[in-house]
Amino acid sequence: MKKQPNSGWIVLCMVILILFLLVWQLLGGKTGGLPGPIPVAKSAWFFLSDPFYNNGPNDQGIGWLTMYSLARLATGFLLGTLFGVIMGVILGLNPVLFKALNPYIQVLRAISPVAWMPLLLYSVQNSGVTAVLVVFMASVWPTLANTAFGVSNIKKDYINIANILQMNPVVKVFKIILPAAGPTIVAGLKISMGSAWVAIVPAEALLGTLGLGYFVWNEWNNLSLTSVIFAVLVIGVVGVILDYLFTRLAMRLAYVD
Amino acid sequence: MSLLEVKGVSKYFTTPETGKEFCVFKNVHLSVDEKEFVSVLGHSGCGKSTLLNIIAGIDSASDGYAFWDGKEIGGPGLDRMVVFQNFALMPWLSVHGNIRLAVKSAFPQHSRHEINKRVQKYIDMVGLTGVENRKPAMLSGGMRQRVGLARAFSVEPRVLLLDEPFAQIDALTRGSIQEELIRIWLSTGITVFMVTHDVDEAILLSDRIMLMTPGPEAQIKDEINVNIPRPRDRSTIIEHPMYYSIRNKIIRFLSTKAVNRKELSLVA
Repeated sequence: MKKQPNSGWIVLCMVILILFLLVWQLLGGKTGGLPGPIPVAKSAWFFLSDPFYNNGPNDQGIGWLTMYSLARLATGFLLGTLFGVIMGVILGLNPVLFKALNPYIQVLRAISPVAWMPLLLYSVQNSGVTAVLVVFMASVWPTLANTAFGVSNIKKDYINIANILQMNPVVKVFKIILPAAGPTIVAGLKISMGSAWVAIVPAEALLGTLGLGYFVWNEWNNLSLTSVIFAVLVIGVVGVILDYLFTRLAMRLAYVD
Repeated sequence: MSLLEVKGVSKYFTTPETGKEFCVFKNVHLSVDEKEFVSVLGHSGCGKSTLLNIIAGIDSASDGYAFWDGKEIGGPGLDRMVVFQNFALMPWLSVHGNIRLAVKSAFPQHSRHEINKRVQKYIDMVGLTGVENRKPAMLSGGMRQRVGLARAFSVEPRVLLLDEPFAQIDALTRGSIQEELIRIWLSTGITVFMVTHDVDEAILLSDRIMLMTPGPEAQIKDEINVNIPRPRDRSTIIEHPMYYSIRNKIIRFLSTKAVNRKELSLVA
């Protein structure tokens, strides 16, 4: 009885998976229906057995496609993080400015990053750059809002110590402000990463830039639903791995007051 | 001129709900000479911590002047290190990291080796050898304040400002840290300004004790010289003939002022 809560969830988790596959098998595979689990598994095997093949610009292995998406994600996310953290620190340290800009931030935050796409595409005239900018728009707001919130709530004691020690502003930011607000900032980065990964799929699909989102749409156009389902699973798994990385980072930066 | 002079300092706060001005303390005068250990003793809420923060330069006076080394205080500085009641350690840094942060700020020209040597020296001085790599959360209250003291001494300030430094430490540990503070103070010979509400602590540590009336409009109304020779020991100091007369005088001041502030302020 005592040990059950610890290991019981794994059993339950597996039971749910098996039930899901069974229901899927029973419902799928019929004419006009979705492909069942077995053709999808076959398709997955096909893609995973040679993930890094390259047959020209429109036919590349799933490994490459994932890499393209991740590279795009990393570029947009890093830009968004840089801008979000810098602006967040500035707003966090200037309560009046924070209050004045907060309504705009809330509005911008509520806009789906994909909605910006036509304007961005029109402005930069380049689909690759546009995709990166969509990721930027998806990842900048949660980071900015969380950083500003974290910085504005730093304990006065820490700032007092920094002032008594006569730290210059740069040292103060890196030695006191960022570590003190670190856990809140990383919580924002985690949300940002999640929304960036969500946004990249429709961005790639609509812009036709090579990546997982493009792959999903391309396979739909080929009417290959097994490939679509496989791609959906890959997107989910990569998303979970990214989220896990930020959970680890959050654990490293957490502190007990 | 004394090292530290406070002349006619008052502090007002505005109550957010009513918008009314509230006077914490009014027209406070005090002076501290080099190498003195001076305490301000008063009830909670009399504004003694605010007074200390004004001297530290992390708060400002509403009225009056505070001079440090002949110059008016305009902000904080490494020559006036504060030891806070709630320790104010960086929770994400180890014991070593916390002290190192202060040492690096005070001695930016030092090499890495010199900095580490100095950090270790002060860790050893407060008896924290062996727990250098622990985070504050892994330390007892007494140990945390040892870090606070080590950090304060490590920058070699001219004055140490102690803001009820032992209030959050259990009574048994408090005594040993107080004795350690005296030992370090005697060996370094720096000036100490302390605020406290603990009568025995004030007598044990101070050369001079200033007595503050309760707020609002608190004032320093009396001053007592503690003419008990050093080194003092918390177990033998109570046997000194002066001890109880000093203690009774303080207790009488604090208890009667609390009951009827207005009436007694005429007498004092």
